Amino acid sequence: MNALQVNNLSVAYEEKIVLKDVSLTVPVGRLTGIIGPNGAGKSTLIKAILNQLPNKKGSIHILERALNPKNLTVGYVPQRNAVDWDFPTNALDVVLMGRYGHIGMIKKPSSKDKQIAMDCLKNVGMEAFADKSIGQLSGGQQQRVFLARALAQQADVYFMDEPFVGVDAATERTIIAILKDLKSQGKSVFVVHHDLQTAPEYFDWIVLLNQSIIASGPTEQTFTKDNLQDAYGGKLFFMDQRGD
Amino acid sequence: MITGNLLWVLAGAILLGIAAGLNGTFAFLQKQSLVGDAAAHAALPGIAIAYLILQQKDLPILMLGAAITSAIAVYTIQWIVSQSKLKADAAIGLVLSVFFGIGIVLITLVNQSGAGNQSGLNDFIFGKAATMAKSDLIWLSGSALLIIFMCLLFFKEWKLMIFDPVFAKGIGLPVERLRILLTALTVLTIVTGIQAVGVILMAAMLIIPAAAARFWSSHLGIILVTSAFFGALSGALGTLISSLRTGLSTGPIIVLSASFLFLISYFFAPTRGLLSKSRKKKAFKQRPVTREAMEHE
Repeated sequence: MNALQVNNLSVAYEEKIVLKDVSLTVPVGRLTGIIGPNGAGKSTLIKAILNQLPNKKGSIHILERALNPKNLTVGYVPQRNAVDWDFPTNALDVVLMGRYGHIGMIKKPSSKDKQIAMDCLKNVGMEAFADKSIGQLSGGQQQRVFLARALAQQADVYFMDEPFVGVDAATERTIIAILKDLKSQGKSVFVVHHDLQTAPEYFDWIVLLNQSIIASGPTEQTFTKDNLQDAYGGKLFFMDQRGD
Repeated sequence: MITGNLLWVLAGAILLGIAAGLNGTFAFLQKQSLVGDAAAHAALPGIAIAYLILQQKDLPILMLGAAITSAIAVYTIQWIVSQSKLKADAAIGLVLSVFFGIGIVLITLVNQSGAGNQSGLNDFIFGKAATMAKSDLIWLSGSALLIIFMCLLFFKEWKLMIFDPVFAKGIGLPVERLRILLTALTVLTIVTGIQAVGVILMAAMLIIPAAAARFWSSHLGIILVTSAFFGALSGALGTLISSLRTGLSTGPIIVLSASFLFLISYFFAPTRGLLSKSRKKKAFKQRPVTREAMEHE
C-alpha cells in the first residue's frame, strides 16, 4: 500500500509557478525527508497534500484514498512560526486541539480525550508544562507541544513542516526518537527538512524537490552527490563526508 | 430612582455588555477590532435609509437596515484588501469615514424632512439607553442572548480557527464558514447595541472589555468570563449614570466606565499588569549576586 501518491501536481501563486508536474509515490511505513533549497516548494507541497490549496492541478491520494476535507488519517505539524504564540491558551489545551477532529463540531472534549492529550504531552516529555501558557514556553518546548498535538490526532500518516528549526539539541533528539517510534508502529511520516548533514541519518526515504521532483526513493539510492547537485545547483556547499 | 423601566434598561445593558464582551474577545484575538469599529460607523446610513424607505422607526426595521450597511462595509474592507495593494488600516479608515459621512448626510436629510427631529434618529449617534421602549429592549435582549449562546456554542471551534487556521482546516473544520459566522455575529452585536450605545462608540464595547480582560489571564475561558463581566459592569454603570443625569448620552458614559476598568487592569492586574511587571523587574535587578553568578562571568 502507498502512504502517498501524487500525480502531475502543479501549483502556481499568481503568475509564479511553485510546483511543476510533481509526481511521486511513497510506500507505507517510511520516514520520509522532503528536501530541497529555499523556494523549492516544500511547504507548498505539504499544503497541497493537506488540501489547503484550492487552485492546484493534479491528483493526490493518501493511503490510496483521494483527498477529502475531513481526513482523520492525516496528522499535521505546521511550522512553529505559523501561529501567534501570544494566544491565550496552555500547552494541554493546544494538544487537546488534536482531538477536535475526533470530537466533532460543538461537542466538548471527553475525559478520554483529555487523557489522550495528557499522554501525548508525557510522550514528548512536557507533562510538567501542561498548565503553562504557550507564550512562556521556549521554542523547543513549543515544537514539542505541536508534536504532541499531532500525536493526539492518532493519525496514520503525518506531515511535519520544518520541525527542527530553532529547537535545542535535546528537543531535536526527542522529536527524532518519536518519529522513529511512529515508523516502528507502521505509520508513515513526512518531514520537510533543510539540514543535509542529518538527512541521511534521520530518513529512510528521501524526496529531493526543486519545483519538480529531482529524485524520490530509498535514502541510499537518492541521497547521492549528483542528485543533490541537481537539486541545489550552484548553491550546494555540501561536502560528502560519508565514507564511500 | 430605580423604576420599573430602568430595571428593564439595566437588564438590557447588562446582557448587551456580556454579548459584546464575549464576541469582542474573539474579534480582539482575531485582530479584527477595528473592522468592528468600521462596521459600527457604517450602521448609520443603514438606519437612515431604512427610515427613509419605510417611514417607520421600529427597532427591528432600523436594525435590519443597519445590519445590511454594516455587512456591506465589512465586505468592502475585505474586498479592498484582497483586490488592491492597500493595507487593512487604510481600507478600514476609508470605509469607516465614507459610510459614516453618508450616514450623517442622510440623518440630516431625515431631520429636515417632515418628520423632523421627532424621528429620534440622532440618538443612534451617541446612544440613549435610558429612554428605550420596552419592546425595543426585548429585541435587544433576545439578540444579545442569541449572541451569548452562539459564543458558547462555537467556543472550541473559534479558538482553534483563530489560533491555527491551517490546522483547523486540516482536521476538516469549515474555517471559511466559521469566520463568516463570527463576522456576522460581530455585526449583530453592533446592531444590537447601536440604539443604546450609539454607532460612534459601539466598537468600544467590543474592544475595551476584551483588551482589559487580557491582562487578567492567559486562559481563553477566563478571559471570556472576565470580558463579559467588564462588559456587563460598564453597561450597567453607563446606563445608571446617564439615566440619573438626564441629558448625558449613554454611549460615552459606558465607554468611560469601561476605560476605568481598563486602567485598573492595565496597572493592577496580577502578573500582566504594569505594577506587577515593574516590581518583578526591580526584584530581578536587586537580586543578590551569588557565587554561581560570579563564576559565570
